[in-house]
Amino acid sequence: MEKLTDLQYLQMHKLEKIWYSIKCFFFGIPGWFVRLFKSIWTKIKKFGIWIKDDVVDMYNIFVHGKWQTKVSYLIMGFGSIWRGQVGRGILFLLFEAVFILYMCLSGGYWLSLFDTLGDTPPGTVLDPEYDVWVRVPGDDSFKILFYGLISIIFILALFYTWRLNVKQNGIIDKILADGKKIKGTKDDLRSLVDEQFHKTLLALPTLGIFLFTVVPIIFMVLVAFTSYDGLHTGYNDLFTWVGLDNFNLLFQVNGGSGSFSVTFGEVLVWTLMWAFFATFTNYFLGMLVAMLINKKGIRLKKLWRTILVLTIAIPQFVSLLYVSNLFGETGLINETLKSWGWISQPIPFWKDGNWARAMVIIINIWIGIPYLMLMTSGILMNIPQDLYESAKIDGANVWQQYTRITLPYVLFVTGPYLLTSFIGNINNFNVIYLLSGGAPDYTTVGSTAVGKTDLLITWLFDMTTGADANYKLAAVIGIMIFLVCAVLSLIVYNVMPSTKNEEDYQ
Amino acid sequence: MANKYANITIEPIVPVEINGNEEITEVKNANIDIDVGSGAEMQTVPEKKKSHMGMKTKKTVGNVVVYAILIIMSIIWILPFIGIFIESFETATGGTTKYLWPRKWGFDNYINLFTNPEKHFGRWFLNTFIMGLIVSVLQTIFVLAMSYVLSRMRFKGRKGLMNLMLILGMFPGFLTLILLYKVLADFNLTGENSIWGLILVYVASSGMGYYVSKGFFDTIPKSLDEAARVDGATRAQVFFKITLPMAKPIVIYTILMGFMAPWGDFVLASYIAHGVNDGMNVAVGMKDMISLTNIGKFYRQFCAAGVVVSVPITALFMFLQKYYVEGVTGGAVKG
Repeated sequence: MEKLTDLQYLQMHKLEKIWYSIKCFFFGIPGWFVRLFKSIWTKIKKFGIWIKDDVVDMYNIFVHGKWQTKVSYLIMGFGSIWRGQVGRGILFLLFEAVFILYMCLSGGYWLSLFDTLGDTPPGTVLDPEYDVWVRVPGDDSFKILFYGLISIIFILALFYTWRLNVKQNGIIDKILADGKKIKGTKDDLRSLVDEQFHKTLLALPTLGIFLFTVVPIIFMVLVAFTSYDGLHTGYNDLFTWVGLDNFNLLFQVNGGSGSFSVTFGEVLVWTLMWAFFATFTNYFLGMLVAMLINKKGIRLKKLWRTILVLTIAIPQFVSLLYVSNLFGETGLINETLKSWGWISQPIPFWKDGNWARAMVIIINIWIGIPYLMLMTSGILMNIPQDLYESAKIDGANVWQQYTRITLPYVLFVTGPYLLTSFIGNINNFNVIYLLSGGAPDYTTVGSTAVGKTDLLITWLFDMTTGADANYKLAAVIGIMIFLVCAVLSLIVYNVMPSTKNEEDYQ
Repeated sequence: MANKYANITIEPIVPVEINGNEEITEVKNANIDIDVGSGAEMQTVPEKKKSHMGMKTKKTVGNVVVYAILIIMSIIWILPFIGIFIESFETATGGTTKYLWPRKWGFDNYINLFTNPEKHFGRWFLNTFIMGLIVSVLQTIFVLAMSYVLSRMRFKGRKGLMNLMLILGMFPGFLTLILLYKVLADFNLTGENSIWGLILVYVASSGMGYYVSKGFFDTIPKSLDEAARVDGATRAQVFFKITLPMAKPIVIYTILMGFMAPWGDFVLASYIAHGVNDGMNVAVGMKDMISLTNIGKFYRQFCAAGVVVSVPITALFMFLQKYYVEGVTGGAVKG
């Protein structure tokens, strides 16, 4: 596609301009990929060089180091303790001791079974004395997978600490060679509330995130490559590695209706539709409400705002469950309309696919507007009023003022929010689950039933509960959700100007 | 003395050079802040006298339309809550009714709610309340530590940490529950003891919700920190003695969010409680109350429970509304 010069671009008709930008966007996609792969490749190269440098560094430190340094290659922390950095040295040594202890006592066992996830399934034997069948525990695949993962993480951590330990000794060698004084434990402790204060503050939060988010996510990614489900939980039967089988199930072409791949496609389309409508209806209607309340000459601004904010305060599940019942087949709305004689049959709010989809979007507007109203009214107040004044003098009408001043300003400021809100809506479990529960028109896929309003996330939840849970496919869907979110974010970050530089926002 | 003054005048040059970019943007922010005031005041600026009558009537009609919309909206937004409130006083037992206005008023539902042997609402309420208290304290510590560091300090791996959290946020959270449930079950922190397991889960990953308060810390001028550092304060002292006292609104916002989270959480709580009545929070318990099999029996009590849960939360929220509004507005602008 030929690139136009600025002059040519400016000469174009308005519609042509739009068409041109759209074309640019799509023709730019291959370029992105090329750049993406290029940047990945340079990262890999950089990483390789870094590793090479590091190995050379380790070698040099060993060759030129004092004997204490050389001992430290085997007994971590030895050089540090010997030469006055007792605190650091003891930590290194302690880590090594714990590692060896763990590996001998259990880590080695888990690792040895990690490649098959267990060989002996649990069985039963007849107890001759009481004449009953007794369970004989076999290998527990779940535990093998989990503790195996922990062991691998432990080994990587040991590598990292070992490297730190060697580097530390190298630094000590250097300081001694220069004839300077080595910082002792006291200095280390002092720097933890000063120069290194970020380490103190970050220690617990990052540990928490690592243990409760990173490790489980890695675990679930691994599960996507196993045959782990309700019938093979490790406790009642072994599961094992199956490679890409679970993913193949997702991309089967000739599945037909009710198959996993077709259902996945349908649910994905609805999820994206839902996220689109939920995000943008809330966004624009919320902005509208904020503009109405902030309009000149409207009184009791505080009252209107408070009424809306009140609805944020009440826990969502109360309002959602109540509203869900309100629109039920025998709910208040249907019964009232019936008693007024307006309808003879109850309106199938949750019984008809299209009704249910419209309802969840509408009720979501009801929930979302107060937040958006609050947010946008803060931003609206920030727009310099003289812009409007001069626009009025130039004869701009209300709509022009909105599209030329208000909307660009608000869009620019809330760009990142729109993205997070879109992703949040893809994963909006509460609204769907508490309102419709995924109903209606269930199709049964494997062990779960998928309804017309089910999002990927609610489907995933159904898969992970119950005796016939399908964890492996849940993990696959989780990875898919991640990919969708990641691709969207990449696109948005490439296109939107306001998300690029973090420091600009400070 | 002379020495000290010399220090003060020379030292700040360094940070200004490093953070030149930010210094400029701070000025931008300051401008915007002034605009908030003027924007709000604009309403009181006297309108130009319009000689044309048509303009005026047009304006009045416009305002009437806006008022009408606002009134209708308020009714729609409030109605369901009034509905719950009124229905909770209907003494007739049974499921949903065909009428809104109770035939006979009474407190039966409230009494039944707390004496009902099947559904331990009192226990659920207590569970959620305890979780709210503990989570609000611990989560605030985690979030403040994380956001302060990311806002104020520049160190190796900072960008990487932020990117990592961004990526982690894109994984559906409760995928991790399968593992967490099993591990917590090993430590006997599920079922009956699920509030402790839940507290652990809520608090442990709460550092990832740093955006809003980081945005707030970003607005506090860095020059304050630098000045204190010049006077010999350690970083810890700067944090505790200078930044924290100035961050009162965001501290209150974080506490409020931490307290409210357990009241609204359904997925996590239902997974960890695993159907054990005494380990549920209000959301899980009340959802169970109006499940298909129970709704005929407990619908009215559900309404009463809704009122009991909503009133204290709403009161607290209204009381601290100012801080909430600040958090929401600030968080959006900062991304």
